Formats: sequence, C-alpha cells, structure tokens
Amino acid sequence: MVNSADAVVSNTSMSGTSSLLFRVLKTIGSIAITMLGLLLVTFIIGRVMPIDPVISIVGERATKEVYDAAYLEMGLDKPVLVQFLYYLSDVLRGDFGISYLNGAPVAEDIRRVFPATLELATIGTLIGVIVGVPLGIVAAVKRDTWIDQVARVVALVGYSMPIFWLGLIGLLVFYGILGWVGGPGRVGIFYVDVVPSVTGMILIDSALDGQWDIFRDAISHIILPASILGYYSLAYISRMTRSFMLEQLNAEYITTARVKGLSEWAVVWRHAFGNIKVQLITVIALSYAGLLEGSVLTEIIFSWPGIGSYITTALLSADMNAVLGGTVVVGLVFVCLNVLSDLLYSFYDPRAK
Amino acid sequence: MNQENILQPHRTGLRSWLTADVPTSRAQARASAWYHGWLEFKTNRLALLGLCILIALVLIAIFAPLLSPHDPLAQQLSNRLQPLGSPGHILGTDSLGRDILSRMIYGSRITFYIVGLVVLIAPVAGLLVGTVAGYVGGWADTILMRITDIFLAFPRLVLALAFVAALGAGIENAVLAIALTAWPPYARIARAETLTIRSSDYISAVKLQGAGAFRIITRHIWPLCIASLIVRITLDMAGIILAAAGLGFLGLGARPPSPEWGAMIAEGRRFILDHWWVATMPGLAIFTVSLAFNLLGDGLRDLLDPKSHGK
Repeated sequence: MVNSADAVVSNTSMSGTSSLLFRVLKTIGSIAITMLGLLLVTFIIGRVMPIDPVISIVGERATKEVYDAAYLEMGLDKPVLVQFLYYLSDVLRGDFGISYLNGAPVAEDIRRVFPATLELATIGTLIGVIVGVPLGIVAAVKRDTWIDQVARVVALVGYSMPIFWLGLIGLLVFYGILGWVGGPGRVGIFYVDVVPSVTGMILIDSALDGQWDIFRDAISHIILPASILGYYSLAYISRMTRSFMLEQLNAEYITTARVKGLSEWAVVWRHAFGNIKVQLITVIALSYAGLLEGSVLTEIIFSWPGIGSYITTALLSADMNAVLGGTVVVGLVFVCLNVLSDLLYSFYDPRAK
Repeated sequence: MNQENILQPHRTGLRSWLTADVPTSRAQARASAWYHGWLEFKTNRLALLGLCILIALVLIAIFAPLLSPHDPLAQQLSNRLQPLGSPGHILGTDSLGRDILSRMIYGSRITFYIVGLVVLIAPVAGLLVGTVAGYVGGWADTILMRITDIFLAFPRLVLALAFVAALGAGIENAVLAIALTAWPPYARIARAETLTIRSSDYISAVKLQGAGAFRIITRHIWPLCIASLIVRITLDMAGIILAAAGLGFLGLGARPPSPEWGAMIAEGRRFILDHWWVATMPGLAIFTVSLAFNLLGDGLRDLLDPKSHGK
C-alpha cells in the first residue's frame, strides 16, 4: 500500500521527502487551527456567555476583594480580543486557572485524574478491537447468513443503548446479583492509595510495585466499565470492519486470488485483511477518541475518579475553570487523534483529498 | 361479495395509476416515486419494525393523558417503591410513590419535543452552511468548511456539557447545546451534494433563464439535498436521544419533577441494588426509541443512498 501511495506522490512533481514535510506541516497547521477554534469556543462559553463570568468562576459567596481580584486577573476591564489573547497565553503555558472547588490549580487536578480515564479507555478499546475486528470480518465473509444478522443486531443494540443505563444494569447484575466483579471505584477500599503512583494507571503501578493482589483487585474493578465502553467501540469497529472487508472481497484481485487456487484463509487474511489494516487503524484511533469522551457518563456510574467525573463534579458545583480546563484537555486529545487518523488515511489513500 | 366487486377494480386502478410507465401529471409522477420507494422499503423487515415502533410511540405521546393510568406527577408516599405488577401500578412506583408507567408515557412527549427541536435547528443550519459553501465556492467555501471541520473535531458530549454549564440547566438549553454540536455533518453532506448538482445542465438552464443564486439554492438545490439529509437525520436521532438522556441523567436537562427518561434513571440509580425496576424501565424506553430510529435509518440508507446499492 505504501508503494502505491509513493507512486502517486512522485507523479505530482513533488519529491517524496518534501511532500512528506508538506504533509507534516499541513497536519500541524490543521491541529493548530482546530485547537485555536476549540479555545475560541471555550473562551466564548466561559467568558462571553455567562451573565457574570466572574461569579461563574469565584462563586456567588465570594467577597468583594476576591471578586475584584478575579475581575482584574481575568482582564475583564480590557477589550474582548485582548481577553482572548490573555486566555490563549494562559492555556498555552498550561495554566487553566484555580479550581474554585478545592483551590488547587486545575492543571494539577487534571494531571492527577487523566491517567484513570486513559486506563479505562485503553482497556475498553482493546476489548472493542479484540472482539469487534473478528466479528466484522466474519460478518463480511459470511454475508447475509445468520452470523451477519447477529453481528448487525449486536452493533445496532450497541448504538442504541444509553451507556449510563447499561453501566447501571451491569453493576446490578454482575456486582449486585452475581458478585463476579468489584464494585464502583478503581480498587477495593483497603487498597486505596497503597501503591506509589508512577504512571497514575493503577494496573501498571501495582505491577511495577509487584503488588499482585492489588493488581488482581484493580482488574476486577476495571473489567466491567471497560467492557461496557468496549461494547460501544465494538459496535462501531465491527461495522466499519465489515464494510471495509466487503469492499475488498468484491474487488477483482480477490477473484484472481481465488482463481489461482489460494485457500479461503489466505484470501481473507493475507489479501483482503492485509489491505484494510491502515483503514482499520484510523477507525480504531477515532473510536479511542470517542471512548475518552464516552467515559464521562461511565465514570459517574462507576465512581471512577477520571476526567469525566472531574468535569461533571465541577459542573454541578459551577466550577467553571475546572469545566473549561477539562473540556480543553479532552478536546486537545480528541482533536489530535482525529487529525492523526485523517493524516493516516490520506497516506493510505491518495484519492482522499 | 358486492363490496368486493366494487373495491376490486378501484384498487387495481389505483395501483396501475401508481405504477404507470408514463406518468401524465406531476402529482402522478411524485406519487409513483413514493409508491415504488414504499414497495422497496416494505421488503426490509427490520426497518418496517422500526417505523411501526416509532408510529406507536408518537401515538402514545399524543394520547398520553388518555393512556396513562395515573397522574405522572402525583406523589403518594405511602405507596413508594412498589415492585413490578403491584395492583394499579404495572411497572411499580418510584421513591415518591409516582406511577412509573405514567411517567414513562409522559416522558415520551419530552423526548419527541427535544428531538423535534434539534431537528428544526441542526439540519437547517447545516443545510444553509453547506449549500452556501458549495455554491459560492472560493474563500467562502474555505472559511465555512474550516469552521465545520473544527466543530466536527470537537468532543460533542463534553462540549454540550460545557455549553449547558454556561447557559444553565433546562430542556431548551440542552437542545441548543446538542444542536450546536450536531450541525457539522449536515453541512458536509449538503456541500457534497451541492458540488455535484452545481455543475449539472439543468442548473445552467435555470441560470440562463435569469435565476439568481438565492433562487437556485432555495428552489433547485435544497430539494435535492433533502433525501440524503433525512437519512442522516434518522441515523443521528438515536445519538441525539442518547445525548439528551445523558444530559438529563446528569441533571442538566429537564428539571426534576418532569418525567424525563434520563432524569428518571438518575433518580432510580440510588436504589438500583434493591429496587432495580425504578432505573431499568425508563432505560428500556430510551433503548426502544433509539433502536427504532437506528433500524429505520439503516433501512432508509439502503433505500436512498445510491452508494450502498449493489453492496
């Protein structure tokens, strides 16, 4: 696939390296513009839309001095454009302001909670890939059979379930009734804060520390929320895999391969699957981004101390700096994954743009 | 016997009028196109099922006062947390003794209200942006599509959360937040359609007759974008319902006494281990509606999207 992409690129009068440089610059530019757009939107949400942005940050019970200090610090006496530039330079320096709820810098809070979300979304995506890709391939190969119908229903049901409700039902059945998994939270109450935090991801930290009973406990806590997130990414990944595979299986080179007498296994896995790998990676990147966001509601159900819980707790106590900081960080990761998957796709298929 | 004789020729007459090879009027051509679409749609059992569920739910929403056995807001604390199948309360009661079935029936009104409002805002905004960008082209296209791409790359739910945080909780604000994050795909689709239509012969013909850009866009391009937009709307509907329910669950959508399904789940969450039905039932309702929209959308896509034919 790389070869065919190179062939087209060299046709367009640009040498391979300078076109690569051009694309990298274009990607950086497009990430920068999108981020600027995101920051503009969060700026509007935080500073322009509220009737009194100072109160939305310091709270209604703030004293006159606190209010005035915040007013000046936010630069509200200056023109809107200047305010935006201030906001921009703050965010670029990693300063999201102070959380009105606990008085700590928002950036520090986010650094603390983000690994938990990352851990959850990663395990969820792994489950989605491990189950979703084979399901999509089987559905495409056995098209219009009962297997295909089952895969279709599995995906449609996944698209239609409210994730927070599925989490509740899962908690009821697997924790409440069957007792197969650990309850809400990342580890049992005896293990909280026992492991020294290195990466912030409790599975890795406990393994590094050799605390295997904590590791097992953490697994029993993460498996249910991760499976529920995994189901969502499974629905998406299996559908996309199926349509990519169908596209390949209908192509003439597959007929050629079959005529040559290749085994069905070789046709499906070596030829057809070999050609959809890059497309699949872009889809997986997109679903990973989707899970980072989808974990917001799941985290609340499972009392998972990640960025979703952080944003919603802040939301309910009107802690605007924390809400906006969380939004910007989720947005940043989301945008990067989005643009990277776009770039990967355009590398694979020069026809796309 | 007698009746059959009268009806029979009439029915075949209608069918032959609908399936005529050469329509004699515009109305006949249009009716015939609809009829053929319906014949093809009918063969997709799942899509038909989705349509039936939705029609039933719309009827339930319309006739909610007649169908619900109790007042959805009437509290009866002596009768709280009754299980499924208790006398007078088929689906039990919630923590304030309110009838869950009645609340679910009235909740369908809120769901359709939210969906209806989002559908009035997002696709129209997308259509406007997309057709203008596609038709005018040049720098207007670049700027509008750049903005669309930026919005497309945002995390939708998180952004909707932030919007509601700034605007304040409430159904209308939730609708606005969802619509603000939902329009970009429609703009993309409308632009793609416009680009293919713009260079076609009949647009040139209309131009030669002296039609201006406004007339061309509104009378000759918009009608042709509708089909693909409707498919996309139907497929998006489930996402909109889930987002609205999510906002309701977080307490950012409908205000407490109102029987919004997401808020009902949030309320039942506290008793999930002992009184599971309080949270389970409204969840089933959300699931049913979004599944119905997904089934219908899947079928419509097969029907209306030329690219998916042959697959």
